[in-house]
Amino acid sequence: MGLLDKHLGYRAPLEAIRAVGADPSNVRFEAITSPTEGVLNGRPVILLGTNNYLGLTFDPDCIEASAEAVRQWGTGTTGSRFANGTFKGHAALEQALASFYGRKHAMVFTTGYQANLGTISGLVGRGDHLILDADSHASIYDAAKLSGAEVIRFRHNDPDDLHKRLRRLGDAPGGRLIVVEGIYSMIGDVAPLKEFVEVKREMGGHLLVDEAHSMGVLGEKGRGLAEAAGVEDGVDFIVGTFSKSLGSVGGFLVSDEENFDLLRIVSRPYMFTASLPPAVIASTLSALKRLEEDASLRTRLSANADRLYDGLRDMGYSVGPHASPITAAEMPDQATAVGMWNALLQNGVYLNLAIPPATPENKSLLRSSVSAAHTPEQIDAVLAVFEQLGQEFGLLEGRRRATA
Amino acid sequence: MVELATDLTVREVAKAAETVLQRPVNVTPDTDIARDLAVDSLALMNIVMELEDRFDLSIPLDRLATVQTVGDLSELINTLRTKA
Repeated sequence: MGLLDKHLGYRAPLEAIRAVGADPSNVRFEAITSPTEGVLNGRPVILLGTNNYLGLTFDPDCIEASAEAVRQWGTGTTGSRFANGTFKGHAALEQALASFYGRKHAMVFTTGYQANLGTISGLVGRGDHLILDADSHASIYDAAKLSGAEVIRFRHNDPDDLHKRLRRLGDAPGGRLIVVEGIYSMIGDVAPLKEFVEVKREMGGHLLVDEAHSMGVLGEKGRGLAEAAGVEDGVDFIVGTFSKSLGSVGGFLVSDEENFDLLRIVSRPYMFTASLPPAVIASTLSALKRLEEDASLRTRLSANADRLYDGLRDMGYSVGPHASPITAAEMPDQATAVGMWNALLQNGVYLNLAIPPATPENKSLLRSSVSAAHTPEQIDAVLAVFEQLGQEFGLLEGRRRATA
Repeated sequence: MVELATDLTVREVAKAAETVLQRPVNVTPDTDIARDLAVDSLALMNIVMELEDRFDLSIPLDRLATVQTVGDLSELINTLRTKA
């Protein structure tokens, strides 16, 4: 018996998806020609599922900074932040992030996944209480396991439910850390953060917001949902990533918490891994500067998000509660979702197929993320494909929304 | 007396499972949650959330590590209720 036999339950569903056409878990781009275009199976495709919100992956300043850093500092740090892996750039990026968020402290991690793992497992442990939104990202759930804290879930985006669950904890000893996300990655819905902050203030505890999908997207200055909701002083910890708006890879934590420096010696996902290569640090610093200085990126992103969301909704697709750079069209079942996903690819549109158990309420979704770099013409081209395929798959009959 | 409490809890577990899975289930204390009910980890967490509301009780997820059967889950709930 092989060690992987216990996973054989996944074999049949995986083969069923592969039998339809391309394998969504094994897409290989032959070329990426711009932040919004690539080549798949010899065919040019519009990239509509890459989380590249500000389209900075090909920003000339970022590329130049990165190229200069690799020449000056080499290809890698070959060590942990804790030992030999902190170069001038790592410290400069932490300083820049702290200053961007107006916080005393910042810490840079090697991935966004590790930022959640390292932050949450460093903040709470055995005897503490970790209170999570039910739709939290896998990195938050994995952090919960690593932490050893007592984990309670509350119903997604429901401040009353959070209140109820905190009340049940009563005066049990131990710290309390509440974790929510700015924008949820599957359907793009936003947390009712003001209300969550009120619950935290009433019931006690600390609040962590993961702004992975909202940094550079929400708020006048692009600091995310906490800024947009006007409650930054009610948020104790902000976690984020470099792999979306900032177009590279890595993660961070900012906070005013006392004794912050101790996290650097207790956070295992921070210590026991190599630090980010200098080239990544350099492009990230450059992208952060662009994000801070160029508010027009957010204006364009928001216009593109509205264009796609309104277009799909008016055609009759079932989409999320409001426009956001993430728009997910809900399919009636998984087979249709897989069929549509393949047909979209064949018609030059790449987006993400999102199916259970990775989705809320076991939905089958076609998840798209727009970029500031998309042109209105590209969004319209995508909408035309959705319209044509929606008719072919019988998804739109009698569903077109009356538009005034 | 203990038996009775467990029976009642098993019945509540069944009701919570039906609410989350949106299908009728037939359970005994020996029912294996993953295998017999085809419940994945996400559905189990949702069933637990439902049970927390039914019993007005906190059931920390880390305590589920040793839960395999409906009986195990019922016992965990009864233990937590006694402590509360």
